[in-house]
Amino acid sequence: MDSVAVSGSLRNRLVLTLISGAAVLALLLFFAVRNFAVQVAQQGQDNILDASATSMLDAATIRDGVIELDLPYSAFSMLTTSADDRVFYAILQDGEFLSGYEELKFSDSPTFQTDLIRGSGVRKISASRTLIGVNRRAELQIVLAQTQDALSKTLDQISRNAALLGLGFFALAVALSFWASSATIGQLGKLTTSVTRRGPQDLSPFTKPVPREMGPLVGSLNSLMGRLDQSLSQSEDFIAEAAHRVRTPLATVRSYAEATLQRVEKEENREAMRSMVKAIDESSRAAGQLLDHAMITFRADHLVREKIDLVDLVNDLVQRMTPIAEMKDLSLLLRGDPRVPYSGDPVLIQNAVRNLIDNAMKYGPAESSIEITVSASPTLHISVCDQGSGFPMDEIETLTSRFKRGANAADTIGSGLGLTIAQDVAMAHGGKIQLENQPEGGACVALSL
Amino acid sequence: MKFLLVEDNQDLANAIASRMRLDGHVIDHAEKLEDASAFVATGEYDLILLDIMLPDGDGRTFLEQHRASDLNTPVIILTARSQVSDRIGSLDLGADDYVTKPFDHAELEARCRAVLRRNSGNARTTIEVGGVVFDPLAGHLTVGGEAVKMRNRELRLLELFLNAPGKIFSKSKLADRLFSYDEDVSENAIEVYIGRLRKHLSASEAKITTLRGLGYRLDIDG
Repeated sequence: MDSVAVSGSLRNRLVLTLISGAAVLALLLFFAVRNFAVQVAQQGQDNILDASATSMLDAATIRDGVIELDLPYSAFSMLTTSADDRVFYAILQDGEFLSGYEELKFSDSPTFQTDLIRGSGVRKISASRTLIGVNRRAELQIVLAQTQDALSKTLDQISRNAALLGLGFFALAVALSFWASSATIGQLGKLTTSVTRRGPQDLSPFTKPVPREMGPLVGSLNSLMGRLDQSLSQSEDFIAEAAHRVRTPLATVRSYAEATLQRVEKEENREAMRSMVKAIDESSRAAGQLLDHAMITFRADHLVREKIDLVDLVNDLVQRMTPIAEMKDLSLLLRGDPRVPYSGDPVLIQNAVRNLIDNAMKYGPAESSIEITVSASPTLHISVCDQGSGFPMDEIETLTSRFKRGANAADTIGSGLGLTIAQDVAMAHGGKIQLENQPEGGACVALSL
Repeated sequence: MKFLLVEDNQDLANAIASRMRLDGHVIDHAEKLEDASAFVATGEYDLILLDIMLPDGDGRTFLEQHRASDLNTPVIILTARSQVSDRIGSLDLGADDYVTKPFDHAELEARCRAVLRRNSGNARTTIEVGGVVFDPLAGHLTVGGEAVKMRNRELRLLELFLNAPGKIFSKSKLADRLFSYDEDVSENAIEVYIGRLRKHLSASEAKITTLRGLGYRLDIDG
């Protein structure tokens, strides 16, 4: 899994997209709310200014051809705000300034304007009324302006609230986007878990329902596993079939040769038959070990660990090999702890130990014993020691490096593959094998797991 | 001993059968599972040698059925498959042992002996001549009423002689029976074993005679 080339992350991409979308929406929300509030507030001020100006104009009369204007108190009192906004006014008659602040200029359209008076931003209204008296017609114009301190205070508050609203929306959206992407990616995670949780031998298709979008992925995964399963079982069958094809005729020839050897008297014929049997043995051992090696490589690649007792396992093996050992007057002694629980592939471990015992029987002198130790201390190991002449000191290193290089060299078959198999099995279980000579003579191979 | 050999390869079956007959066993040969079932139903066997890949099925199916019935005839499987893949399965199904083809006949013999020894309760075939009582299955030798402890090769050598008293065995023939083909055996080694056997038999009427240039022969005095 760690060799997979990673390009970006679906989750990050999804979260990023959702969050940036949420940020844009939150900003839009903020501006929309604020603008609306500004409009409403401005409308309020404008209405009051309008009412105030109207009441001022209403108070104007023409008496004896003279315009009289008594500014009503209510016109100003309605303009009172919490922020003590200042009010400016100018009264004009037919475009001529009468009273108030001269810098306030009348403007017919638009009626409402935002202006700057004495350094303060104001909202001003221009209103006019035509007064008609006896022989008199006058145009009275009023410009009324009010600073916007209270309004901007309100606007500040509204902006703050809008910002809070936007932030809240954003936070909620972020949380939602994390949740949504987790929920979506979670489906992938579930699939991953069910793939990883499978045993290495389990190549059956997935049957659990998955979201529709994942259907094609699971479909192609299933078809890949189907093909893999087929090719794996084919290669297993092939190994078994090859062994059968090679071994059965060899067995026939060997049995005939042995039976004939019992009847033949002439020494040179006997010698020929013996060479024949030897050659058959050699080729069958080579074929066997090659096939074993193929099977072991296969199993080591797909290591299935089982809970096993190594003592039980080795004891079975020792029982099985005892008849052959007895033929050579060798005794197999099993020593060590009474129980050594371990989790590994029993078939592989048994094969490795069998190869070690085979070697020991090949090199151990007649009427000697082979000691097999299974122990959990100091490290978990199975060692096989014979009483032969031991490994040649100058060759111990090369023996190790030889099978490290692999068994592809044709001349190492037979002698080299047994240790290679043991080495492969040890490595598949995360262990190693060690070769050494005992001080009192004899070779020792320890398989530590 | 009466063996049933279930093996579809005619040549191999003939070779095994002729070799086992040489050792004095009776062999029935079945080529198919069907024949094997018929043989087992009608006759009693001391041991069944069973091939795995047979034309009408898997030998392990036969083994399973056989174990399900009340017959407890021991079974040794002859397998050509990789030792790695079949080992556990065969033993789990109740095979007593197995050999991988091609097998050393001596190994097959040793395995048969071991399985028979484990399974035999009654029917012991003992050889009794000239004060010697020999149980080849258990590997017990009694000379003049006293048990003698012997090594495996000594036992096999003695069995050869006791099965054919008066027959001459050349040194090389004896060597072929006692040692495997990958061992380098000097003729001296045979002399050593003959020497030991003579010592074991010294209290009996059985004597091993040296025939110069020919070999050895077991003679029973009296």
